[in-house]
Amino acid sequence: MLTGAAIGFGVIALLLFLGWARRNRDRLPFGGGERAATGLVLGLGIAVPIVVLATLFVWADVFVLRSTAAPSPRSTQMAIDVVGHQWFWEVRYPGTKAVTANEIHIPVRTRVNLVGTTADVIHSFWVPELNRKIDLVPGHPNRILLEADRPGAYRGQCAEFCGLQHAHMAMWVYADPPARFRAWLADMAKPARAPATPQARRGRQVFLSNPCASCHTIRGTNAQGKVGPDLTHLGTRTTLAALVLPNNRAALEEWLRDPQHVKPGNRMPRVPLSDADYRALAAYLEGLR
Amino acid sequence: MAIEVLGPRARERVGRLDRIWEERPGLIGWLTTVDHKRIGILYFFTTLAFFAAGGVEALLMRTQLASANAHVLGPSRYDQVMTMHGVTMIFLFVIPMTIGAFGNYLVPLMLGSRDMAFPRLNALSYWLFLGSGCLIYTGLFLNMGPDAGWFDYVPLALKRFDPGLNIDFYALGLIFNGISSIAAATNFIVTIFKLRAPGMSLNRMPLFVFAMLAVSLSLVFALPTLTIDCVFLELQRRLGFHFFDVGHGGSALLWQHLFWFFGHPEVYIIVLPAFGIATSIIPTFAKHRMVAFPLVALAELLVAFIGFGVWAHHMFTTGLPTVTLVFFAAASMMVVIPSTIQIYAWTVTVMMGRPEFKAPLLFIGGFIAFFVIGGLSGIMFAAIPFDQATTDTYFVVAHFHFIIFGAAVFPILGGMYYWFPKVTGRLYHELVAKLSFWLTFAGTALTFFPMHIVGLLGMPRRVYTYQGGLGWGAYNLSETIGAFVLTAGLLLIFGNLLWSRFRGPYAGPDPFFGGTLEWTTTSPPPHYNFAVIPRVTSPYPNWDRADRDEDARRLESGELVLEEGHETPASTVRDGYLDEVLEMPSESWWPITLGLLVTVLFVMLLLGHFVVAGIFGALAVLALGGWHAQEPAEA
Repeated sequence: MLTGAAIGFGVIALLLFLGWARRNRDRLPFGGGERAATGLVLGLGIAVPIVVLATLFVWADVFVLRSTAAPSPRSTQMAIDVVGHQWFWEVRYPGTKAVTANEIHIPVRTRVNLVGTTADVIHSFWVPELNRKIDLVPGHPNRILLEADRPGAYRGQCAEFCGLQHAHMAMWVYADPPARFRAWLADMAKPARAPATPQARRGRQVFLSNPCASCHTIRGTNAQGKVGPDLTHLGTRTTLAALVLPNNRAALEEWLRDPQHVKPGNRMPRVPLSDADYRALAAYLEGLR
Repeated sequence: MAIEVLGPRARERVGRLDRIWEERPGLIGWLTTVDHKRIGILYFFTTLAFFAAGGVEALLMRTQLASANAHVLGPSRYDQVMTMHGVTMIFLFVIPMTIGAFGNYLVPLMLGSRDMAFPRLNALSYWLFLGSGCLIYTGLFLNMGPDAGWFDYVPLALKRFDPGLNIDFYALGLIFNGISSIAAATNFIVTIFKLRAPGMSLNRMPLFVFAMLAVSLSLVFALPTLTIDCVFLELQRRLGFHFFDVGHGGSALLWQHLFWFFGHPEVYIIVLPAFGIATSIIPTFAKHRMVAFPLVALAELLVAFIGFGVWAHHMFTTGLPTVTLVFFAAASMMVVIPSTIQIYAWTVTVMMGRPEFKAPLLFIGGFIAFFVIGGLSGIMFAAIPFDQATTDTYFVVAHFHFIIFGAAVFPILGGMYYWFPKVTGRLYHELVAKLSFWLTFAGTALTFFPMHIVGLLGMPRRVYTYQGGLGWGAYNLSETIGAFVLTAGLLLIFGNLLWSRFRGPYAGPDPFFGGTLEWTTTSPPPHYNFAVIPRVTSPYPNWDRADRDEDARRLESGELVLEEGHETPASTVRDGYLDEVLEMPSESWWPITLGLLVTVLFVMLLLGHFVVAGIFGALAVLALGGWHAQEPAEA
């Protein structure tokens, strides 16, 4: 493509230069009158593009297309469901109880069939280093192949404008060695572990007796809300609020105290609590590993 | 032809024409005018105001994005500004500037006609355009501006996710704006087919007019789908219909299909007039008629036609079947061919002639460079896998700004310089004009080129901010600097034109030795455009000296002067034989009255006062009755 661009540019620049450098009139610089000029337009304007475009078409839209198309049903070894929300990614592993958010773990060198849907508006799932993007359209699940050749972290971001916090709807895809992936998935499928310290126990009490529980799920407790992300293993994630903050105690507390300041317009309201309650809540959530 | 050399009888005829065609002086004259030139000037200044607003919006966005995590605009404000930038530049600047201002002013002049086919409808188009623009901007000033992006995808634009009036300003504003554009397009089609000077068969019609014809036909077929889409949206938002609800058998993709069925032809609607301007400027400054003239005319029409078959390439990631993708990719590639024909026709014409690189031709050179870059990145989107990787990123933003700013606005700027002497009677300052070109050129490249790179690095479009540490910062900063350089270039252009309007030397009727008919009359042209309807025997009639001498003789003898009334000749559609003489309407209060009534009607619809809206609808029908009671008598 770049070569084609360079050649096209070169030809035009040359023609313009020849036009500028010459003084005699009604003849082409290398001879020929009106008929030859029309021939030049026909040749460069019709014949050349037809050849170039036909080549590009066959190459890109017949051959390369196959490598990025949705994977055929039996060619993949596992499936992941991703549900877009304003403004986070819900990630489910069919056949297990594992649910997480804004973080997708996949085994390396494994063909994964990712099925994308949405809970509200149109989002677009995009991890530039792994594949093209697919739109998450209401009532129209789309599939895409996810396959990482090397272990590592790959950043992804929503690509379809989805409202106020479209800019902060990112995610990490972690490609791990298969054994490590299996261990992680087994952990994710378990219910939340019980709080270990008195402060964390107080935090759980705060969580369950406030509006938090009506929006979030923590498996193994009474919190079964479906609006916000599943928090069962929040402590294992690397970031908060879809990559806005790093996940640590201080950031958790900052987020809990005023989510609208950190990510204006997001769906989580500020819940007024005492300082001690905020600290307890952060301690509890951090311990959900 | 200069007044001084006229004989006494010719001078008497010109005096009679002056009296017949004169309009009321002062403000009332402007409010009631039906003169296509005055309407063109009204369009020009109005669209320029919207251009300024859209430009300020762009600068606000670029300032916000100059660095990571900036706080110039919050997300809500940013989304409004971003949406309004798109809506403004497309619906309130480029289209009304090219069709309303350039088209209105120039088409009748190039055709050798005395006005548009429907002068009062023309005035109505303007007043409706003004009303719709003000309506849409009221939303922004009330902090309720449209905020779902210029293509306004559902479900984001539905009441559930956007409960305010924001989207209603968008939908009603565009329905309203569409009426104006459809009226204008119809007017152009009739004018172009019927009001050409006798002798101007279709193959002698200027290429600019071919471009305007292609644009008008596109508008007439494309705009109704946008209007329908917006009507569906309003019905769903206001009255609970379910066009876009999956749960009730609707489809979110229905909006996208209808929108892009309009939206892609729209791209050619934006860029075709620019092609037309290029094909006017190049022959003048290359001093050579366009090479492959019929091929270029055909290519202009073909671009508009193929443009209707490519809309789904905006939807390559929505999960359409592969067969559909491949079909639309092939169609998208086909549209390249008429464009390459034109590019080579322009460059070969320059090569054949003796080009004189004055400012207008420089702008066309810039246009060709940007159009080639934008066109090449456009071809890339016809490679489906590439499209699926780069769509909705800054790579797309880069691509369409090279097309819309580089390829559509550059010829507009060049055209402003080119026809400035015709409209004002004075010459612009050449050296400052050249400087302003280089400044705008550098600014445009600096603003939009890095967007390709940052898009390939993974920056999605329409984000109000981005995080640091991703390697996007330096590119974004250079884009912001470029935007301010570009602004300086634009200010220099308008400063030059403003200064020259009052201080520039007198230009005379034909300072550049242009080939088309607008250069045969005085600068600025009189209300009736031509004292005698010019004789046309070639596509470049102003280069036919014998025909112009014949005009002078005919003015003396009174042939085709039409000095008995408010008249212009009509000719046959294909061959341009004199058909009949039309009696044209004079100045009128009805267009502005009707425009005002329809504006109130839309405001009432917006506020949900449907009964009051109905009353104003009825008043508008009554006004139409009054309008028709004043038809000019048949000649």
